[in-house]
Amino acid sequence: MSKSSNRTITLIHLYPDLLNLYGDRGNIITLRRRCEWRGITLQVHSASLGEKASFDDADLVFMGGGSDREQTLLFQDFQQHKGPALVEAAEGGLPLLSVCGGYQLLGLYYRTHTGEEMPGLGLFDAWTEAGSTRLIGNVVAQAPLLGENATLVGFENHSGRTYLGSRGGIQPLAQVTAGFGNNGDDKGEGAVYKNAVGTYLHGPVLPKNPALADWLLSKALERRYGDGSLSTLHDTWENRAHLSVAQRFGKK
Amino acid sequence: MLSPRLLAGLWMGKTAIWLNRRFGHGGTSFPGGIGRRVAPQILTALAGQLKKGAMVVTGTNGKTTTSKMLAAIVEKSSLTLTHNRAGANLVGGITTAFIDSATIGGSITSDLGVIEVDEATIPQLVREVQPKGVVVTNFFRDQLDRFGELDKTVSLVGEALRLLPVQSIAVLNADDPLVASLGKDFPGRVLYFGIDDRSYGAREMLQSAETRFCRLCGHPLTYDWFFFGQLGHYRCSHCGFQRPEPKIKVTGIQLKGEEGSAFTVETPRGTWQLELSTPGFYNIYNALAAIASAIRLDLPEKAIRAGLQGYRTNFGRMERIELEDGRRAFLALIKNPTGCDEVIRTLVQNRGPKRLLVIINDNAADGRDISWLWDADFESLEPVYPELRSIFTSGLRGEDMALRLNYAGIPAASIHYEANVEQAIRSALEMTEPGETLYILPTYTALLESKAALTRLGHSPHYWEE
Repeated sequence: MSKSSNRTITLIHLYPDLLNLYGDRGNIITLRRRCEWRGITLQVHSASLGEKASFDDADLVFMGGGSDREQTLLFQDFQQHKGPALVEAAEGGLPLLSVCGGYQLLGLYYRTHTGEEMPGLGLFDAWTEAGSTRLIGNVVAQAPLLGENATLVGFENHSGRTYLGSRGGIQPLAQVTAGFGNNGDDKGEGAVYKNAVGTYLHGPVLPKNPALADWLLSKALERRYGDGSLSTLHDTWENRAHLSVAQRFGKK
Repeated sequence: MLSPRLLAGLWMGKTAIWLNRRFGHGGTSFPGGIGRRVAPQILTALAGQLKKGAMVVTGTNGKTTTSKMLAAIVEKSSLTLTHNRAGANLVGGITTAFIDSATIGGSITSDLGVIEVDEATIPQLVREVQPKGVVVTNFFRDQLDRFGELDKTVSLVGEALRLLPVQSIAVLNADDPLVASLGKDFPGRVLYFGIDDRSYGAREMLQSAETRFCRLCGHPLTYDWFFFGQLGHYRCSHCGFQRPEPKIKVTGIQLKGEEGSAFTVETPRGTWQLELSTPGFYNIYNALAAIASAIRLDLPEKAIRAGLQGYRTNFGRMERIELEDGRRAFLALIKNPTGCDEVIRTLVQNRGPKRLLVIINDNAADGRDISWLWDADFESLEPVYPELRSIFTSGLRGEDMALRLNYAGIPAASIHYEANVEQAIRSALEMTEPGETLYILPTYTALLESKAALTRLGHSPHYWEE
């Protein structure tokens, strides 16, 4: 396909120097390689504190998680400068992956132990409450979004409990069969709203879940070029690493 | 004389140590755990008898190396020592070391204690042992699934420092802003150590720095120089926090590859030219921490010199194993991005044909979350890929490791995965030809497995531990 050889997409990586816990830069490495292997050019622009981000020109956005301190540092910048434009773009279908802290910031609010509510951007009809214990461990989940019998695997480490509403048809990204997911109660893991994805999964999430990486790339290409088709990759180690987690930690 | 209860705890512990030795492995923390169950005050009672008190070493990387270097200096000073060897650095393991060191009657005859302690355990340890000083090496991401977040770890150590007796001292790494920030609100005395020489490092920040923000006010730090991670010469233009001027500082460094390094260190007792037999830039920091502690303990210069020169890398921290026919193996523990990057850097610098075996486990002692593999700079291997004659991965997360290498630029088909650690080591050793070096990079529990496997294959040096 001659068309595939000169396709270019642009990714905005939000606050890479602050939201970089738990190997989340592996998600960028994964998107970059999976594009490169298919002859697609992926341009990555960073946008941190005080830096401009033009979501109109972007095809994909990534936002990781950070420590409480670092999330507090960027809170104002995100609320005032980048957040509203990001929400508008995501409402228009811009594909987005947010992990852990980034996922929480895109919800309605975060309620601390003392009952204080830190407002979020409200892209996701979801809210987070501080928990007394951390939910830590391997996760195996069913993710029909990614295909029949598709699973999602990863490692979660969060104290916030996130609950989803129903506005705009927001759905959990997956249903956990092992691990806690959003809140440890309703089996939901993450959220999908339009082309925006939130998840608690580290690992990082994309290397071992190539179907999710390709879902995002496909949505980005579809919006930019009207054709989201992707050539098939071998995914030898991707699948083996995925299966090893699914088999070892999944419910038998 | 100890109370009957303490004696009972001591004897139970001693029995458990004897049983461990007699019937092979068993946790090093188990005897101490039993002793504490019977006599909760046992560590306080034993450590309180040390003639010159105890120095405690903590931090993410370099705890074991620093405390072993200090132990070597103490031994060269003709002083006797109680020391928790083999990285048994939780309170149980430390208690085991003291029980082992005590006489049957419950007396500790050692002059000094050198105690390596896990960051999460240090407040409790300081309460029980009341040490003469605490050394903090650095803070990096490590085992986050256990500690939650790095900030909490730093705060825990800060809390421990505030529990120190007034005459105690904090020995802090001036070049790590996270460590140095602990000196700000510490009411006691602080002895900073650091590296002034800028022949190593860069003006720009390298991968995997923990933070470039001031821990005290949250504003960005300005760096004039980076060594590795967030270690360097920094200042905060907002609150004025800056790298403290170190009292013990390195002003000249000559790295000599696998042979180690030579460096000039300025101390309150004069300027010394020292030799270190352990390779790796980061080991100069460990040596500095040991020197600072030795100066605090008034140990003689001659002993410091001899201790550092005679010190050999221990327990998988870049350990060299000579095989027959001019073949060599390196065994180097990897457990977090910064330490792993230094190991990769050493591997890349040593030219010539080589083979690589990375063994990743995710047992509790390794940290169950292996996300850090993606923060480590395996991409640096790509340029030396032509020199890598074979690449193996193994361990519980060996497939994850293969995936990581693949995305770092190593072709998928040239990576071989073997689940069984011993089998992987055997295959890799068999392939290694004369003139080649095999690099074995295991996580902590994989290192233990590797040691056992190498011993069974007739290759392990036995000096590493009792």
